[in-house]
Formats: sequence, structure tokens, C-alpha cells
Amino acid sequence: MNTTKKNKSRSSLIVLIILAAFWLVPTVGLFITSLREKTEAQRTGWWDVLLRPFSQDWDISSYTTVLTEKNLGTSFISSMAVTIPATILPLLFAAYAAFGFTFLKFRGREFFFSVIIGLLVVPLQGALVPVLKMFISFTDKTGIEISGQYAAAWFVHSAFAMPLAIYILRNYMMSIPNSLIEAARVDGASNFTIFWRLVLPISVPALASFAIFQFLWVWNDYLIAFVFVGNERPVLTYTLLAMLGQYGEGWQSVAAGSFISLSVPLLVFFSLQRYFIRGLTAGAVK
Amino acid sequence: MKDLFTAAQAVIAGIAITVFVYWFLNFLVHRLPERFKKILEPYVFIGPVLLLIGLFIVWPTIQSIRLSFMEEAIDGSTIWVGLQNFKDLFSEEYFPDMVINNLMWIAIVPLLTVSIGLAIAQLANNVGSRQEKLLKSIFFMPMTISFVSAAVIWRYIYAYAPEGQDQVGLFNSIWTQFGGEPQAWFQIEAFKLNNILLMIILIWLSAGYAMVLLSAAIKSVPEDTLEASRVDGANTSQIFFKIVLPQVWPTAIAVFITVLIGAMKVFDIVLAMTGGNYNTTVLAQTFYLEYFIYGNTGKAMAAVVILILAIIPVMVYQVRHYRKFEAAR
Repeated sequence: MNTTKKNKSRSSLIVLIILAAFWLVPTVGLFITSLREKTEAQRTGWWDVLLRPFSQDWDISSYTTVLTEKNLGTSFISSMAVTIPATILPLLFAAYAAFGFTFLKFRGREFFFSVIIGLLVVPLQGALVPVLKMFISFTDKTGIEISGQYAAAWFVHSAFAMPLAIYILRNYMMSIPNSLIEAARVDGASNFTIFWRLVLPISVPALASFAIFQFLWVWNDYLIAFVFVGNERPVLTYTLLAMLGQYGEGWQSVAAGSFISLSVPLLVFFSLQRYFIRGLTAGAVK
Repeated sequence: MKDLFTAAQAVIAGIAITVFVYWFLNFLVHRLPERFKKILEPYVFIGPVLLLIGLFIVWPTIQSIRLSFMEEAIDGSTIWVGLQNFKDLFSEEYFPDMVINNLMWIAIVPLLTVSIGLAIAQLANNVGSRQEKLLKSIFFMPMTISFVSAAVIWRYIYAYAPEGQDQVGLFNSIWTQFGGEPQAWFQIEAFKLNNILLMIILIWLSAGYAMVLLSAAIKSVPEDTLEASRVDGANTSQIFFKIVLPQVWPTAIAVFITVLIGAMKVFDIVLAMTGGNYNTTVLAQTFYLEYFIYGNTGKAMAAVVILILAIIPVMVYQVRHYRKFEAAR
């Protein structure tokens, strides 16, 4: 019995390692390419490094070049400026709403929550054009620029984050014992106090999971950034896509740019993997 | 740097304003007589979100549907044209291919993603826990990568140079090693090969997601059901198909639906890889092209409406499923 189990696990391991290689190769190839010297990268594939490891010219200048000349440095900051507020602002809104849906009774609660569940799948494309028109007519009437500013992306990202955020947070809040809330009510605490003092602190793990999600989603987004921020303050995905259209730059510089862009999500992923996966499991529509 | 400073200011101001709005609403409600207070208090909590969702999701989506029946003049005024936009879209040369492509995306990607994710999850359950953790990270990592970065990564795999030149693309390098002529993979429309090459990217990106959820489900299969079947002499594949699979089925369906929605809305990958050329276009890409490149609001909105119509069954399923789940709680 024991031996068969061991054999089985060895063959599983071999199959898994082969599959894992397939999953890893594209990204590793990108990384190696980004570190190669320009003419080498155009002459041979990155695997040449593995075949002839000692006759290679390494060159990190692609990174410095894209950061300065291709303005990827500025794009990096734009990406941050879009992503950080678009991650933090929805948290509070969603937490309030999740509290309302979990602990308060009101007419239409089921209806509104069903609407939110339905909106989980609504395509972003459906809202883009009218929202854009709305921003423009707002500017015409008040003179306040929204479109082309970071704030436009914050609003849209926040709104589209709501369904999933509320869903994850409500699932979490439902696991808080009702007796705890009742006890606080008996002690005369208002709902407002219960929310701030009791439920919000308990919900920190769920808030963290959602924040990681939202951060990755916004950082990786192209469409909203393209429509609402555009070329005035290009974010990383925007600049990268533009670079893809210019073949003259050479393979290694696009690779470097791409690696800069995905280094942040990778960092977030490897440092916060546990929370991330917990959030994923909680967010799965069961 | 100035931008980061702006962002920091926005975060602080945003939080301050939000907290104040909620506090102020709460303050107002508490001035009211007890009877009204009870009715209105919940809306302090959910009201701002309903406003946000209404203003940025529900109302604009309805507007998009309305615009799909309108023709827009240069000055922004609109006139009712009935189904003309849809007729225009249907008579586009790319339309039949687009429909076939979209159907292929939703037929192939979710099924393969769930199958591969399930296979990896099951295999990973049989190896040591340290190897399991490392291998799972590898499969999961692409999930954190943007579609645009993924497109860059896969362009290196599919890259093409004419015969006689150095092949820097992995596919062509292997292909020529075996005596083939270098291929411009994205231009091969036979059997929709170029579309399938694009689908591989989405599968590569999302198999890790399926794997994580299915792995959790496999681990929660009760040990005694497995033990009992082993005692009864069931072999490995019987145990998997008769015992494990039925128990992880609900999770598999949930993952399938999520990936299905992703495949329906697929856009960035197509945009970054082919731009919809060589008959690889899809609905969301058509919307992008018609609105942002050709300035054809009506046709773009017609494409969006078709996308919404396609998603509505999934939406109905989700809401029904949630209700059942809620009733069982």
C-alpha cells in the first residue's frame, strides 16, 4: 500500500514538473531577453543563454533606457497614482454597504443584493461611453476637468469594484456571530459605533484580501486607463502597448518594460500569497 | 513624484470626505423621530454605494442600450434609427468570423482551463507538501500578470522572421528544427489556428485560478469516503471519477462560469496580439475598434448590446444560484 502510494506520487511529480516548465518558460524567457545585449537578442532566441551560457553579453541598459527615454518611469508613477486611490477608496464604501446588507433589516434588502450579485458579471464596456459623455458634459457645465485626470479612473474603478467587494465582505461578515452584535446593541451601541468599533476591525483580513485583488486588477487594467486617463498621463499598460507597436526598439527593451510592469504584481503576489488565495476562495461564487 | 503626491492627497482627502459623508448622513438620521430613523438608517450604510453603482454602472448601461438604437451626429445630437446599427453591424465583413470566434472562445477556454486546473490540483495533491506549494505558485503566478504583459510574453513565443533569418521565437525555432518552414502563426487562419493560439494565452493565465479553487475543493473531500472506496478495491481513476469528481463538481461549475465570463469579455489579449486582424476579432474588440478608432458610436453600442445579451443568461444563473445558496444558509 505504502509503496504504491509513493510510486504514484513520483509519477505525479514528474508530470507536474513538465507542466510547470511549460507554465514558467514564457516568463523566464521574457526575463532573460530583457537582460541581453541588443544585437544578441535580435540574432538568437533567449534559450541560447542555456545552450552557450559562457559566451553571452549581458546588458542591463534596456532597463535604464526604457525608464528614462521611453518614459516608463513616469508611467510607473502614473500607474501608482491610479492604483493606490482606486484600491483604498472602494474599501470603505464596500465595508459600509456589506455591513448594511449583513446586519440591518430593511425593505428591498434581498432585491438590492440580488442586483449587486447580477452586476458581478456586467461588462465594463457597456458603461464606458455614457460615463465618458457624462464626464464631458460635467466639464462643459462646471469647467472642472474630470476626464483625462486620475480621478476619472478612480470613480469608475471604485464603482466596478463594488459588487465583488461587497460580496466578499458580506460573506466574511456573515461569519461574525450575531450574538456579538446583539450584545453590543444591548449595551446601547448605535449601528454606527458597532460598525467602526466592532465589525470593521474584525473584517481586516477580508479587507486585505479584497485590497490585494483590487490592486492587481487596477494595476493590470488597460481599458479604463486608456479611456479615462489616456495619453496625457499614460499608465504602464498603455505605454507598453504603444511600445509593442514600435518594432525598432528591439526585443530586449519591450521585455524590460514588460518586466518592470509585472514586477509589482509579482512582488505583491509572493509577499501576500496567503491573503490573496484566501480572498480568491471567498470570492468564488459558490 | 508630483503625481504620487497628488495620489496621496487624494487618498487622504477621499477618505476624509467619505468618512464625513457617512458621519453626516448618520447624524441627520439620528435627528429624526424614532419611526423614520428605523426606516432610513440602513440607507445611510448602503445609500452611497447604491448611488455609485447607479451612476456608474446601471444608468450608463441603460444609456448604452438606448444609444444602440440611435445615430449620433457630429454635434452630439441623436436620432432614433431603430435596428439600423445592428443591421450595419451584421452586414460587416468581419461579423460572421467574429461570432464564430466568440463562440470558440467560450466553448474552448473554460472547458480546457477547468480540466487543466483540475488535473494539476489532483496531481499536486499527491506530492509532498513543499513541492506542492512551490509548484502551485508557479501555476498561479501568471494570474497576477496583466493581459498586456502576457501579450508581450507570448509574442516572444510566437515571433516570426522570414526564412533564412534568425528565428527568435520559440515556436518557430522548434518548428524549423524539425525541418518546417518558419510560419507567421497569427496569419494562419486554417482551422482558426491563430485564434486557438490566442486562446492558449488566456488558458495559461487562468488555469492557476482554477487550480487554486479546485485544489481547496479536493482537499475538503472527506478522507473516509476515499478510504472506503480503497477498501472496496477501487483503482486510482475510479476513485477520482466516482468519488472525488462528484464532490468537487459544484466548485468546478463555479470556476467554469467565472472563466466563461472572462472568455466572453476577452479583449486586451486580442488587441495586443493581433489587433483583431487576420479574422481574430471578438465582440469587445469590435466595440473598441468601432468607437475609439472609427468613431462609430451606433455600431459600437450595438456590439456592446450583443455582449450584454450574451451575458444575461449567466447573470440570471448567478442570481438564482445565489438565492438557492442563501436559502440553504
